[in-house]
Amino acid sequence: MGRIITYPEAIKEAIAQEMARDSSVFVLGQGVDDPKRILGTTKGLLEKFGGNRVFDTPLSEDGMTGVAIGAALGGLRPIHTHIRMDFMLLAMNQIINMAAKMRYMSGGKLFVPLVIRSMIGKSWGQGPQHSQSIYPLFMNIPGLKIFAPSTPYDAKGCLVSAIRDNNPVIFIEHRLLYYQKGHVPRESYTIPFGKARILTQGKDITLIGVSQMAVECLRARHYLQEAGIDAEVIDPVCLSPLDMETIISSVLKTKKLVVIDNAWMKCGLGAEIAACLMEKGLSGDVSVHRMGFEFVPCPTTPALEEYFYPNAKKIAFQAYQMMGREKEHWAPKKNLEIEEVEFKGPF
Amino acid sequence: MKRQNIELVKVLYKSMYRIRRIEEEIIRIYPTDKIKSPVHLSIGQEAISVGICEALNLNDVVFGSYRGHALYLAKGGNPRKMISELYGKASGCAKGKAGSMHLLDVDKGVMGTSAIVGTTIPVSVGYAYSLKYKKSDSVVVSFFGDGAVDEGGFHESLNFAALKGLPVLFICENNLYAIHSHHIKRHHSDNIFERAKTYGMPAERIEDGDIFKIYETAVKCLKKIREGEGPVFLECFTCRWKEHVGPGDDFHLGYRDREEVLLWKERDQLKKLKSALGPVVSHEIESVIEEEIKKAFEFAEVSSFPSREEIYTDVFKD
Repeated sequence: MGRIITYPEAIKEAIAQEMARDSSVFVLGQGVDDPKRILGTTKGLLEKFGGNRVFDTPLSEDGMTGVAIGAALGGLRPIHTHIRMDFMLLAMNQIINMAAKMRYMSGGKLFVPLVIRSMIGKSWGQGPQHSQSIYPLFMNIPGLKIFAPSTPYDAKGCLVSAIRDNNPVIFIEHRLLYYQKGHVPRESYTIPFGKARILTQGKDITLIGVSQMAVECLRARHYLQEAGIDAEVIDPVCLSPLDMETIISSVLKTKKLVVIDNAWMKCGLGAEIAACLMEKGLSGDVSVHRMGFEFVPCPTTPALEEYFYPNAKKIAFQAYQMMGREKEHWAPKKNLEIEEVEFKGPF
Repeated sequence: MKRQNIELVKVLYKSMYRIRRIEEEIIRIYPTDKIKSPVHLSIGQEAISVGICEALNLNDVVFGSYRGHALYLAKGGNPRKMISELYGKASGCAKGKAGSMHLLDVDKGVMGTSAIVGTTIPVSVGYAYSLKYKKSDSVVVSFFGDGAVDEGGFHESLNFAALKGLPVLFICENNLYAIHSHHIKRHHSDNIFERAKTYGMPAERIEDGDIFKIYETAVKCLKKIREGEGPVFLECFTCRWKEHVGPGDDFHLGYRDREEVLLWKERDQLKKLKSALGPVVSHEIESVIEEEIKKAFEFAEVSSFPSREEIYTDVFKD
């Protein structure tokens, strides 16, 4: 405690510590050993661990995912890195047909300890093919685990857990989270799968935000405070398996829920949570609203992109309406101090 | 045929006879619906798996495709577990969760077969990466058909294997058809092995299906690979005698001539091996195998189906 580092520094530290601890861990992916080192997240690894354990790959996402799976079957622990999540679409065959199924197809004889890191892009003209966030596709597949932490603390602990896990884990990083800073212990630690984190307690309404949307929820919480509304903010952290228990107990308290997907809403986390609440017989007691990307490809120009994503003000306004106070005509005014809110922990 | 070491002929005959007869038994049983799995029979193509696998060590591993019965058996896969798997029984090699298209026997180095064409090729290469990483002297053999050559992953895999000098032997079993589509309808030129060379590895083609040639070539290639010279590619022409999937013939479909298959039946390597051994020795081998096959099917018959809770196991490893 006491030490504040950035999200990418937390990732780099997790990888470096696990590579030092376990010689079967290695890193592959486009650009992992290039001058930019995946925005610094693989900095120093080549020098410390050598080219057999840190290497650039051909631009063969499908083939290299297969290579990572094969290496995992051979007893290694690969960390395969994609600088954009969109590139994973080239590897869906290996991820879904092989990685997710090899343990089942082998009747439990084989296992695939594989981590796939991928980054979601946003803003500065990322456009339709550099901004996609396809975790709902993976949430639909048994045999995969998915982490999407929003804080540096969880980024380190989740990545350590992912590397040590004996199954394929998709680890989702949002490009804008790279500006997040927070308390991160120097020593190694793990964060459990299937455990959501209550970022801030509140009594009036529950906001659940995926990945960078958790940060937007924290900002929205500040706006709502101006209107006298006390929001509870939950980061699901792990999208599969999902911690419905924590979500349900929060919703039972607040009776109001906004789920903000960091993706298109259809068949997303909001849909999943709403369906679970209905199945539990809670739909009558709870009002639920979903937010997410507009259901169009992401436009490149900022003039349109602004309308594509949910943001703190939109979330706050939605929450305010759900509190039944829409007649007071409150709307959050952009506040730069709030827009820069970063959750620093510690936990 | 040149004179061959009689022990080698025996071994090849035993393995090949086992595969042929198991496939024939599958054909016989199939109409009863006891086999709860689509079957892509290896009949006609056995010589490739047998010739290659007899040149391997126990700690070498193989990956293959959904037409994997021959490969599984040739590498030493347990026939009881295979037939049980086809029957969907708990005693199957994957507890009935996989079926004919996903046979494996990890103890014997049969690391997996896949129903998606070409999908095990990069996985084989990755396994080879782990062997090199661990400085193991084992080799991976990646079996696939001519259809797999159409897939991007094939080319990505050859490139990476050559780039890193990995210990992998690529075996393209070219039976000329991807289901019913002839290889020359799908490829500009009849040069699969030549294409492999351009990625930076030696490549050869065996056109007549001669099991001794396949075996000897495998021995030669494996030696090179074990000496650290990187991957080698071997294209073997062959012929699938039966339909793409299922136990029947398919001449009524009209996509290939009966003569095409008859030519390969005349070259049947099983018959060639049998005549090299003579009736007495071959009969001895046959009776041992027949007993083994009978027991395998009986074992599958009496085995139980997996219990209901098995549906939830083996999704994740703790």
